[in-house]
Amino acid sequence: MKNEKNDDTRILESGIEVRSLYTSEDIKPADVNGTPGQYPYTRGIYSGMYRKRPWTIRQYAGVECSDKANDLFKSLIKQGNTGLSLALDLPTQIGLDSDDEWAFPEVGGVGVPIDTLRDLEILYDGIDLHKISVSITVNTSTTVIMAMLCALAEKKGFDLQRLTGTLQNDVLKEYISRGTWIFPLAPSMKLAADVIEFCTRKVPNFNPINICGYHLREAGANAVQEIAYNILSGKAYIDESLKRGLNIDEFGHRISFASIAGMNIFEEAAKFRAARRMWAKIMKEEYGATKPQVMKAKFGVGVAASALTAEQPFNNLGRAALMALGALLGGIQSLHVSTYDEAYSIPTEEAITLAIRTQQVLLNETGITDTIDPLGGSFYVEALTSDIENRVYEEIERIETKYGGLLQSISGGHIQNEIYGQRYEKEKEIRSGKKRIVGKNCFVQEGEEYLLELKKWNDDAPRMQVAALNKVKEERSQKAVEEGLSQLRVSIEKGENLMPTLIEVVKTYATLGEIIGVMKEYYGEFEQV
Amino acid sequence: MKKSNPKAKIRILLSKPGLDGHSVGIRVIAQALRDQGFEVVFIGIRQKNQTIINAAVQESVDAIGMSMLSGAHISLMQDFMTRLRKTEFRPLIVIGGVIPTGDHDRLLELGVDAVFNTKDSFEDMADFIRDRVKTNIDEGE
Repeated sequence: MKNEKNDDTRILESGIEVRSLYTSEDIKPADVNGTPGQYPYTRGIYSGMYRKRPWTIRQYAGVECSDKANDLFKSLIKQGNTGLSLALDLPTQIGLDSDDEWAFPEVGGVGVPIDTLRDLEILYDGIDLHKISVSITVNTSTTVIMAMLCALAEKKGFDLQRLTGTLQNDVLKEYISRGTWIFPLAPSMKLAADVIEFCTRKVPNFNPINICGYHLREAGANAVQEIAYNILSGKAYIDESLKRGLNIDEFGHRISFASIAGMNIFEEAAKFRAARRMWAKIMKEEYGATKPQVMKAKFGVGVAASALTAEQPFNNLGRAALMALGALLGGIQSLHVSTYDEAYSIPTEEAITLAIRTQQVLLNETGITDTIDPLGGSFYVEALTSDIENRVYEEIERIETKYGGLLQSISGGHIQNEIYGQRYEKEKEIRSGKKRIVGKNCFVQEGEEYLLELKKWNDDAPRMQVAALNKVKEERSQKAVEEGLSQLRVSIEKGENLMPTLIEVVKTYATLGEIIGVMKEYYGEFEQV
Repeated sequence: MKKSNPKAKIRILLSKPGLDGHSVGIRVIAQALRDQGFEVVFIGIRQKNQTIINAAVQESVDAIGMSMLSGAHISLMQDFMTRLRKTEFRPLIVIGGVIPTGDHDRLLELGVDAVFNTKDSFEDMADFIRDRVKTNIDEGE
C-alpha cells in the first residue's frame, strides 16, 4: 500500500503516469520536428490548418418527421450551411417499419423515421444534391438507406458521381457499445464492404465509412483503447474492401473518424496527434498507400456527453467549452459541442444555440486559429503523444494475441466486458469521491433542484408516420414490391454486392422493414453475449 | 404467510425495454447490485416488454429493473404495466436512465415502484429494493 498522505501519483485514464515536470530529455527530436501537412501529419493534415480554414461547426440533432426535417434543412441552407446532417429514429436504425408494434412508441423519437423512398423524397425535396452534402448517421441499415439516396438521385436527375456526403456505416462499434446491431458480424462486414465498394466505383465523392471512437469512450474505453479499436476496425473494413479488388489509393482517403474529446485537455490533444501519426504510418507502410490524402486521418469530434452532469447543469457549458478546446488543440476537422441539458433529454433549441455560440466564441475570441499546432514542441504534449502511440500499439497487439483479433474479441463479448468493467470502476471512483466531479461529489449545493425547460416529446409523431406509410402502401404496386424482393433473394444467394439490386428494390417503395426482413432470412440476427 | 429469509439473496432481473442500445447505465447497475449482494439476471438490451415479463416469471425474480434513455419511457411503461397486470406476478418494478423529474409522478401512477436517477447512490438503490422486497414478502403480496 502506498502512503495515502504522500501519494501524489497522477494517472491518466489511459493508464499513463504523468510526472510533475517534463524536459527536453523526454522527447525525441525526430518526433517533434514535423511539419503540418507533411507525413506523418502529427502536427496536422493540412499545411495551413485553422489559419487557412477553420474547423467545421457541425451540430447533430434530430427532428421527428421528414417534412419537418425538410423545413429545417431549407432554413439551414438559407443560413449558409452547405452540409446537412441527418439523425434517424431508432426503428429506422435497426430496420423496423414504423407500423411494427415494437417500433411504434419510438417512431420519430431521436430522429427522422424512414420507411420507404417516399420519406427521403420528402426529406430532400427542393434540395440540390449536387451542391449540398448529405451526412447520414446510419450503421446497420446503411445499404438500404444509401440505396434510397441513390434511387432518389436517379429519379430527380442528379448524377451519382457528383453526390457528396458521409455515411457512418461503422457496424463494429454497434456490437461493442452503441447497440443498434441487426445481423451477425460476418454479414454485417459484407454489407459494410458492399457500401464501400459501391461508393468507390459509382459514388466516388461520397465518404462511405466514418469510424467511431465516440461511443467506445462513452461506454468505458480509454483514449488508448479508443484509437486502438478504431485502427483495428479501420483495418477490418479495409481488408474486407480490398478483397473486392479495390486499391487502397482508390478509397483510403474516404475513410474518416468520429471521435470524442473528454475532460483532460492535454491527453485529448495528444491523442489526436498520435492517432494521425499512426494512421499515416499504417496506410503507407502496411497498405502501401502512395497518395498523401489516403494517409491523412480526418477527425470529426463530439465533446463527451458522459462528462456532463445532471447536477448543476449550467456547469456543463464550461465543461463543453474546455473539451472543445482540447479537441481543437489536437487539430481536428469538425466539431459538435454537446449541450448543457444533455443529461436530461434531446436538446432544446436554446441549448443548441448555446453550443453553436460556444464554438463561435472559441473561433472568434480565443486566438485558437492564430497559429498551427500551438502545443507542438511542448515537452509534456510531445512526450504524451509518443506514450499514447506506444500504448496503442501494445493494445493492438494484446487484442490480437489474447483474442485473435478485434472481430473475435467482439463475438466473444470480451472487449465489451473489459470496457464496461472499466466504466464501473470509474463510476465507483466518482461515487466514492475519489474522482472529483464539481457539483456532483464536491462543491455540492444542498437542496438544489434544477428545473430545465426540456424539449417536448411529440406524441403524435408515430401515428402520423404510420398514416403516411399506409398511404404509400396503398399506392404502390404490390406485384412490383414482391418481384423486387425476389430479386433481392437471388442477389443474396449469389453473394454479389447488393447495392445495385437494392436501388431497384427501393424504387418499388418496398419498406425498410420488408427489405431487412428478407436479409434476416439469409443472414440471421446477432445474438447478444 | 411466507417469511423473508434475511440470508436469501434478492434476485433482480435487469434489462432495457425498447430499441435504444445505450447500455452503460444498466451494465453499471448490474455490477453495482452484484457487489451489493444481489443475484442479478441480466437478459441483455433491446428487449420487448413481454420478453422481460416472461423471463422474470420464469426466473421468479423479486424485482425488475429497467433503464431507458430514448425518451419513450412513458409509453413503454404504460405497455409494460398493462402486460404485467395480466399476470399474477407482482415483482418490485424500478426504473432509471434519462427520465425527467416531471415524468416521475406519472410513472409512479402507472405502478412503477421507484424512479432512480444519477444522484441516487448504489447503496441507497440497493437498500430501497431490499427493504421493499422484504416488506412485499412479509406482507405476502
